[in-house]
Amino acid sequence: MANHRVAITGIGVISAIGRDVSEFWASLAAGKCGIRPLKSVDTATLRFRNGAEVEDYDSSGYFEEKRADFMDRFAQFAVIAGREAVAQAGIEWTPDLRENAGIVTGSCVGGQSAEDTGFVELYKLGRNRVHPLTIPKVMANAGASHLSMEFGITGPSYTISTACSSATHAIGQAYWMVRMGQVDLALAGGSEATFSVGILKAWEAMRVVSGDTCRPFSRNRTGMILGEGAAMMVLEPLDRARARGATVHGEIVGFGMSADASHITQPSSAGASRAMRAALRDAGLEPESIGYINAHGTGTQANDGTETAAIRAVFGAHADKLAVSSTKSMHGHALGAAGAIEAAATALALRNGLLPPTANYTQPDPECDLDVIPNIARPAEVEYALSNSFAFGGLNAVLALRR
Amino acid sequence: MPDDALTQRVFSVIAATQRIPIEKITIDGKFEELDIDSMDGVNILFGLENEFDITIPDEAAKQIRDVRQMVEGVSKLVSEKAAADSASAVN
Repeated sequence: MANHRVAITGIGVISAIGRDVSEFWASLAAGKCGIRPLKSVDTATLRFRNGAEVEDYDSSGYFEEKRADFMDRFAQFAVIAGREAVAQAGIEWTPDLRENAGIVTGSCVGGQSAEDTGFVELYKLGRNRVHPLTIPKVMANAGASHLSMEFGITGPSYTISTACSSATHAIGQAYWMVRMGQVDLALAGGSEATFSVGILKAWEAMRVVSGDTCRPFSRNRTGMILGEGAAMMVLEPLDRARARGATVHGEIVGFGMSADASHITQPSSAGASRAMRAALRDAGLEPESIGYINAHGTGTQANDGTETAAIRAVFGAHADKLAVSSTKSMHGHALGAAGAIEAAATALALRNGLLPPTANYTQPDPECDLDVIPNIARPAEVEYALSNSFAFGGLNAVLALRR
Repeated sequence: MPDDALTQRVFSVIAATQRIPIEKITIDGKFEELDIDSMDGVNILFGLENEFDITIPDEAAKQIRDVRQMVEGVSKLVSEKAAADSASAVN
């Protein structure tokens, strides 16, 4: 069995803080927060008004009308990020490469706006039929399917739905496929477009969304802020990437997973610890080699304290030497895209020697007593980092990245 | 024979759904020539159901291969609906 090192040769992002990688990175470096009053949905009946939206998104800048008709917003985001990642990687497609390339995407809620529109037709407007494209637009694998058609990729392609860990599981599985030589190239990441009234009402009912903003690890944190967007990465065997003269933006070096097996929404620090340890073991790394963790850091009372305890359990005294930040404070919690957006942020941080901050941080919390890089990005040469994702349902995924 | 106004309304629905200029559509147009695949066909039927407030049965939908069949099928359903409406009005 092959055991390739796996290079990241392309990254694409569309998010509330940037429509492409350079804009995204500039925002992270500046600690710029993308949380604003929502514009794409009517929030009049909601208890919260703010989100991290891809503001004034217009599909016509990216897709012909007929093509856009067939895609929910979340699938459009997947293709937009995929295009940027593939262009950046400078891939020259051949029939052989197309057959030996794969796609793994993450999505938590799939085509919510298409689903919501259909239900409004039925239950509110009293109509007896919904649009025939509702199913192909709603299905969570639509992102992967449209990416495969966009690039003519015909190898193993699928979608993982593990709530907030979806994209991390997706990148991890793609990483393993490339590492083991099952594919010569993988396009992996996640996409999400969660701003529809029906699902926002469901989030409201859980009482975990902040009416204000996202303040991870801050004592006065009041919950998460939902976000949307996508990030995709091109993964290739490092030797192959070097041989073709590709720019290597970093490496994925390990992937770990675990299940809490305890509660459907309450996180467990033991489960989070096991996923981090599994990623370190998979990478063959000692905890002391990690210099930065892009935290799951949702800004809920439950997550941030639990995650701090998990990091302390895994890293011991080294927990006080490594830096931790939650970039959700800027791009929001993009659910099934979150892990990909954060893995992109982590890779960019390592490459640029600058660790993105935890924005909106105002009050230290003894329960979150880590170095969380408050509000201002920090120059630091870091070799190895983790990117954490811990999902509702207790399904955890952690990636280890190398500069 | 369907009237011109009904034919034009069918053409409009096809043009809007396919995102093509209405001038491209003729009564003799075949679906392949208009690049209408099976999913597009279903989309157009949905548009026609809304436009004419009719229900196109699955069996009838499967038979439609070109614009003429579409116009004639809609015309038939619209006539049947008009007849049913007037019958219920009399009753």
